[in-house]
Amino acid sequence: MSVPYKFGQMFIAIGAFVAVMGVVLFLADRVRSRKGEVVQTVVFVLPATLMIAFGLLYPGLRTIYESFKDASAQKFVGFDNYKTIFTSEDQITVLRNTAIWVIVTPVLATLIGLVYAVLIDKAKIEKFAKALIFLPMAISLVGASLIWKFVYDYKATENQQIGLANQVLKWLGLDTYRFLLTEPWNTIFLIVIMIWVQAGFAMTVLSASIKAIPDDIVEAARLDGVSGMRMFRYITVPSIRPSLIVVLTTISIATLKVFDIVRTATGGNFNTSVLAYEFYRQSFVSFNNGLGAALAVMLFILVTPIVVYNIRQMRKLEAR
Amino acid sequence: MTTTTPEVPATATAPVPTAASVAHQKLTSPWASFAAIIIATLWTIPTIGLFISSFRPEEDVKTSGWWTWFSSPNVTLENYHEVLTGSDTKLATYFVNSIVITIPSVLIPITLATLAAYAFAWMKFPGRDFLFVAVFAMQIVPIQVTMIPLLKLYVDPPFGLPQLAGKFWTIWLSHSIFALPLAIYLLHNFMKEVPGELIEAARVDGAGHVRIFTKIMLPLMAPAIAAFGIFQFLWVWNDLLVALVFGGGNLDLSPLTVRLAELSGTRDNDWQILSAGAFVSLIVPLVVFLSLQRYFVRGLLAGSVKG
Repeated sequence: MSVPYKFGQMFIAIGAFVAVMGVVLFLADRVRSRKGEVVQTVVFVLPATLMIAFGLLYPGLRTIYESFKDASAQKFVGFDNYKTIFTSEDQITVLRNTAIWVIVTPVLATLIGLVYAVLIDKAKIEKFAKALIFLPMAISLVGASLIWKFVYDYKATENQQIGLANQVLKWLGLDTYRFLLTEPWNTIFLIVIMIWVQAGFAMTVLSASIKAIPDDIVEAARLDGVSGMRMFRYITVPSIRPSLIVVLTTISIATLKVFDIVRTATGGNFNTSVLAYEFYRQSFVSFNNGLGAALAVMLFILVTPIVVYNIRQMRKLEAR
Repeated sequence: MTTTTPEVPATATAPVPTAASVAHQKLTSPWASFAAIIIATLWTIPTIGLFISSFRPEEDVKTSGWWTWFSSPNVTLENYHEVLTGSDTKLATYFVNSIVITIPSVLIPITLATLAAYAFAWMKFPGRDFLFVAVFAMQIVPIQVTMIPLLKLYVDPPFGLPQLAGKFWTIWLSHSIFALPLAIYLLHNFMKEVPGELIEAARVDGAGHVRIFTKIMLPLMAPAIAAFGIFQFLWVWNDLLVALVFGGGNLDLSPLTVRLAELSGTRDNDWQILSAGAFVSLIVPLVVFLSLQRYFVRGLLAGSVKG
């Protein structure tokens, strides 16, 4: 396809969409009386609802159904695919890695974000300092993975290093290290990438909520002689607890679905695969339909309680 | 994903001591500043390293660390020329694909979501609350769960609809579908805050829903729509999974992220290519970030649970 052809496709699609919506809305506006209300309701609600029904609801249910079938989606195998997830050695590694990701990433990203938010609060260059940490949120996880893959680049100790991490090891007089290959720590070095991306999110939310702590509480505590670490521990942290929970759960959700980092940095090799990546590998590389579906359902089961909790906390936060 | 999401305050507030600033002062400034500088350095150095490398000649990139550039500063644009037009990389083509994928994938869901959000907020029809809760609940479905059946629908559509596989439509539609539940929920929350008397007055004057929507709601919703639009734009631009699955590896349909992920596997020692390639894909989000920071932060926070 040539470039003009692609842009042509895009403009035709946008034009068609705008024209159809415009004509339908215009016509709906012309129909008056009781019937008009019905027509207008249908025009407003139906397109989005149909897309959700056919694009999310039906495929979701279908995947649950397929997860009870074999690799080629022919025979029913009961819970065999789920049994595989919990018994096969490869899949247990996947579950273990996923658990490490989901525990380590939210805790460290939130901690770093919180500490940084406190440290730069009211600093002269606060806005600039925030932008530095927030910037990784704007770029793709593929880009972030490339940036870190370059940091982790390995050359034998006696050679010139081009990766910063190994150069630092060399400066410290240590041997160079295969960060992305050496198990089991390679998973941790992948997690560093996610922390690097997510800390900015934690910092932004927590900084705003720190600034919202009422001044009289702080003042009263100060008159009582509370200061420093104790102020942080007994006033700051309890006051922002709801935001802390929202940040932790939000990062957990993002982490459970992490796919791009694993694919770009290691391709899931060297025992670094996680649930969301394994789903992709089983479904689109190994073409094991049943297991892929079961992995997707596992992801759904794990994500659901966190999302529900997250939404409830957020609504509480909004109500305040 | 909350309507009251804290934004980054654009201006510093009055110098009333907050809990944090007190803690901050008492944490004895030298150590506090030191820790802040360490974090800020760790967060910027990796990007700077790759950025510098993208302007160094291939020979230099492969044989010496980017930190040596400061002592022997050789600069070239050859890497960018190579990744954009070189026969093996041709990122210019994928840049075009990214644009062609992104624009409709933002416009379509925002239009449909704004309409639906208006209906859920201000129209009366049977089953409205149930339907809204159902749409809201769809946010918990991870996109992975829907992929294979959705792909089958595109390849073999029901009701004699035309086949969509191998066209941009599969990617546009998928991004639109995945954006809808969150977009409807967020915009609904904003619409609900519009005073009911405004709508009532317009209705008494004989304005229909279409007119109220276009004349009253859209102007009021502009900031919310912009915030979500920016979020969706970056989400689509940075996406890898949706493009990979629904583009089906077809190079004509692949965006920058897919191509870069591939190069990361096949050319993994050619850092002059990878570094320049990474920045070709990063330039758009960075420009958006630097120019629209205010909306950007709001939008990104709003959509943080999506995916």
